Amino acid sequence: MTAAEPIQAAVQAAPARTEAAPPADPAGRGTGKVFFLTVLAAASVIFLYPFVWLVVASLKPRDRTFTDPFLPWPVPFRPENYAAVWDAAPMLAWLVNTVVVGVAAALTVTLSSAFVAFGFAYFRFPGRNLLFGSVLATMMLPAAVTLVPTFLIWNAAGLTGTQVPLWAGNLFGSAFYIFLLRQFLLGVPRYVFEAARVDGASYFDLFWRIALPLSRPALIIAFIFELKASWFDLMKPLIYLQDPALYTLPRGLKAVVDQFYQGGDPKWEIVLAAGVITTLPLIVIFFLGQRYFVQGIATTGRRG
Amino acid sequence: MRRLTPETRWAYTFLLPWLIGLVVFQVGPMIASLVLSFTDYDLIGPPEFAGTANYARMTEDPKVARAIGNTVVYTLLHVPLAIALALALALVLNRITGRAAGVFRTIFYLPSMTPYVAVGVLFLFLLNGQAGMINQFLGLFGIEGPQWTTDPDWVLPGIVLMSLWNLGSTTIILFAALRNVPRELSEAAMIDGAGTWQRFRAVTLPMISSALFFVVIINTITSLQMFDQVYTMFFGNQTAQQSYGDAALFYVVYLFQQGFQFLHMGYASALAWVLFLVIAAITLVQVKVGNRLVYYEAEERAG
Repeated sequence: MTAAEPIQAAVQAAPARTEAAPPADPAGRGTGKVFFLTVLAAASVIFLYPFVWLVVASLKPRDRTFTDPFLPWPVPFRPENYAAVWDAAPMLAWLVNTVVVGVAAALTVTLSSAFVAFGFAYFRFPGRNLLFGSVLATMMLPAAVTLVPTFLIWNAAGLTGTQVPLWAGNLFGSAFYIFLLRQFLLGVPRYVFEAARVDGASYFDLFWRIALPLSRPALIIAFIFELKASWFDLMKPLIYLQDPALYTLPRGLKAVVDQFYQGGDPKWEIVLAAGVITTLPLIVIFFLGQRYFVQGIATTGRRG
Repeated sequence: MRRLTPETRWAYTFLLPWLIGLVVFQVGPMIASLVLSFTDYDLIGPPEFAGTANYARMTEDPKVARAIGNTVVYTLLHVPLAIALALALALVLNRITGRAAGVFRTIFYLPSMTPYVAVGVLFLFLLNGQAGMINQFLGLFGIEGPQWTTDPDWVLPGIVLMSLWNLGSTTIILFAALRNVPRELSEAAMIDGAGTWQRFRAVTLPMISSALFFVVIINTITSLQMFDQVYTMFFGNQTAQQSYGDAALFYVVYLFQQGFQFLHMGYASALAWVLFLVIAAITLVQVKVGNRLVYYEAEERAG
């Protein structure tokens, strides 16, 4: 499929050299720089303020949710909302479910994609280019197209109503990560592998003892991207989970907003606190793995 | 037939997970989806052959027309606005140096770390017509803001506004591309007397055209599949039954409703295949147009 070309083009256009590159404009100092910093600061306020509002509103009593929206601290301060949210909804169970499903999804996709990527990077065999082209082509396949038959597969396997369909598809690798890891492994000098072969290492040894440890940065990128994707997912939990005890945070938050925002019993502070609890862990993960995120987006062009 | 060498056999051993996944979760479901689209299937009885009835029904279903209209209008508004804004941010980022650029880039990316359900929840509050922050902000300038979440004419603009909060990855991709534009080119143009706009138009834009082109394709495909935020805000409870619900009816939302709420699996499959063909066609057209517009450095070098 022709879709492969723009991806390659974009990857060539955007290697991971974002940090060390020199400034594009040597004259960008002095008054010009003050202007640009002001623009960026104004944009930052626009991007950050919704977070501030969310956190502040979640710490106020219900009748003050909408008052003083530009006051960046809660008046009056009502941290009890966060005690109430655990009673109103099983947030802790949802948080645990999200972590378990997310780690399962990320771990399986990282290992299986690395396994396949090693096959593409190390071996020369008939059909390689055609098969790698098919990897690239599936990146463009809209998930909505396979929604119904995929459901029928899990239904036939008797696994609807469990969390298995949320991650088990990842056992077979994912195009984005296979692509990313293959690119990474192509950068490993071949003599590293050949030397190990001479010493009697099997191909599995090459993968497990050399390729895997060497591609650690790329593995981390794949892991945190998939963890994030899993943490975002609403569609699969909507389709596969009926029992609220099995919900992940996005599915749980959807249930909370249905019950406490639109319903006859509005409890806005519960909805807002649940929103903060859903979001905060990811923000922490982002700060911990920040450089991997930036590098991952810049090299694969994956939408975060 | 030629016997496979041991190395080839090993290679396919490593490819095996992918090959199984390709057949079971990609190609198989694609074909199954096509077959199902010619049937009536409600999960209870066996699928019954229905000819092209599902496709005929699509052409008459007013909800399909509405969903296509909403999705197309959203895409036409979101993609140019998002890319123009992200490019502007990336250009400004590229003018400052050192750690500050990294800090701002982090800030711009933060909204993209917010799960879409939480984004939908947050904007239900921010866009609230009576008391939301956005209308209170407009009120500071004496503007009476619209009922973003309940007035059918303003639901879609509100969704576009929400979508523009998520510019992080597009900005990062364009910023990375800008950092790769060789300094000498811009300096040479400056020595030749080119102004800021001329340098942007004749040097920067061609040099980042492949990245720009890439984000257009990706943003288009993602926009056509919009689901999470909209579903969170407008569907799934009694709100869906209210009249303004259709103002937020996106294509994938309707596909989801047909497939998994009404269990019209055949009809949902027809909807899915049309979406697939549309996305494939758009990608194809964009690649064809892109090949003419995009400047590829490698080709130039090869002569």
